[in-house]
Amino acid sequence: MDDIQTDDAPLASSKRSSAVEEATETLIEAKGDSLVGRAVTINKPVSELFAYWRDFGNLATFMENVVRVEVIDTKRSHWVVKAPAGRTVEWDAIVTDEQEDSFIAWASAPGADVENSGRIDFRNAGARGTVVTATILYDPPGGGIGKVIAKMFQREPAIQARRDLRRFKQLMETGEIATAATTHAQFEKESG
Amino acid sequence: MRALAWHGKHDVRVDTVDDPEILNPRDCIIKVTATAICGSDLHLYDGYIPTMQAGDVLGHEFMGEVVETGPKSTLQKGQKVVVPFTIACGSCYHCGKHQYSACDNGLPADNQDIAQAAYGQPMSGLFGYSHMTGGYAGGQAEYVRVPFSDVGPIVIPEGIEDEKVLFLSDILPTGWMAAENAQIEPNDIVAVWGCGPVGLFAVQSAFLMGADRVIAIDHFPHRLELAKKFGAETINFEESAVYDALMQMTGGIGPDAVIDAVGLEAHGFFVDNIVDQVKASMFMGTDRTHSIRQAILACRKGGRVSMPAVYGGFVDKFPLGAFMEKGLTLKTGQTHVQHYMPGLLNAILEEKIDTTFLISHRMSLEEAPKGYKMFKDKQNEVTKVVLKPDFAAA
Repeated sequence: MDDIQTDDAPLASSKRSSAVEEATETLIEAKGDSLVGRAVTINKPVSELFAYWRDFGNLATFMENVVRVEVIDTKRSHWVVKAPAGRTVEWDAIVTDEQEDSFIAWASAPGADVENSGRIDFRNAGARGTVVTATILYDPPGGGIGKVIAKMFQREPAIQARRDLRRFKQLMETGEIATAATTHAQFEKESG
Repeated sequence: MRALAWHGKHDVRVDTVDDPEILNPRDCIIKVTATAICGSDLHLYDGYIPTMQAGDVLGHEFMGEVVETGPKSTLQKGQKVVVPFTIACGSCYHCGKHQYSACDNGLPADNQDIAQAAYGQPMSGLFGYSHMTGGYAGGQAEYVRVPFSDVGPIVIPEGIEDEKVLFLSDILPTGWMAAENAQIEPNDIVAVWGCGPVGLFAVQSAFLMGADRVIAIDHFPHRLELAKKFGAETINFEESAVYDALMQMTGGIGPDAVIDAVGLEAHGFFVDNIVDQVKASMFMGTDRTHSIRQAILACRKGGRVSMPAVYGGFVDKFPLGAFMEKGLTLKTGQTHVQHYMPGLLNAILEEKIDTTFLISHRMSLEEAPKGYKMFKDKQNEVTKVVLKPDFAAA
């Protein structure tokens, strides 16, 4: 296959093996070799969405696997994320670059249980609202706890990114996250 | 509370389950006063719909009294409302275009995966119709949690009988949208395949939209009689060759618009082998995809095809050549119930549309399992079963 991109499709949809390397150039820092890209259109202005996302403590509201995000300073935050079998994995994320109402790029700090980096882009889509694109690079780890995590991460980031973006959209557009539960008890059980 | 729960093929029971609670700000809880068994519920009953789980509460045609409201609900306790079967947010791109059944946010995020894989994008949520459509508990129950109660349920003026407005929840808007999708023009001749509730409402709607003649096609004599009452001419496909009859009845031109209201009246996901089972075992003694082929062949050149009938998967031998050469237009889709409710409520209040003719049986909720069995076994006589939780068991 020709190794030079000739179309306008996002890198994360590329079939070319060099896409990851190209992505790492635009992602500022390379923290892994598995690439996930997802986009969602949200019927709200860029500034509202950017502000909500940039307040990282909000992210656990709609990110299913995130237990909590502790904001340490303007650039650094500490992430606690659910892993299978009741365990959690943790890392510090550092904002490596950002532009208000446009994008946020991050990379995990050294010592992360799961190395990862990525960027969230917010693009004005006129009457449609805002296109939010998540591009994530991650390193499926191996060995020990890593094996359990790998199972989760090799299978999950694409699905998780898609579902988390859907929940972000629901929360921003409707003020709530859809659930089919009928009682609080059932809701708690399902969101475990 | 008491609720009709699915336990497996031909096994539905009235169980005692937890009362629903307000979970999201825009929710309300309604106390059900009337609910109907839909033809599409029979496919759950027959075990044809995947992603059902034992204990799922059925029912997507229901109405009731508001008994509890979340902080963002615009309803008030004591109001009587009819609830659309499609769960839509009112705020997304598609709802903004009044394409409510295409709502982005009605389905819980995790449930969207199956529909996205099957259709490319997920559709709205539905009450009481499998986990692919959200896994929402349905309305054949004493109480229901209704999400997005500020944009879905329509308030019914006091003093209006439930039976006059209950079908705003699904089949009346579905029949109306079927006729609207046929883009009926004055002097049109319209042919409708299938005289179930949707087909019969499509017949009524087509006349209201200015059709000159409507030709209704079925094989249940009682249903054809009902179509005749609304002024339709009829073809019984067991007694007459449909294409030949239509050609002669339209002077060789063919109907200007054709409506395929046969199908499964289903609201969910079908895989093809399941469709084949259904075709073989129960549908009007005909191959169900046959109705859409027949409709396309009979339709006049440059005519319009409306397809409210549900097709979940792939269709073999779709006559694409005839469709292209004759320059037909096809419109279809799950019903955008919220869009049609206000206008149709007015039509009912002004007595331009009557829906009560359809109801053949009334029962208590406790008798629901009997209602399912009867509805399944006697399609000619049983046109619609309405369940009323407060109805004294006979």
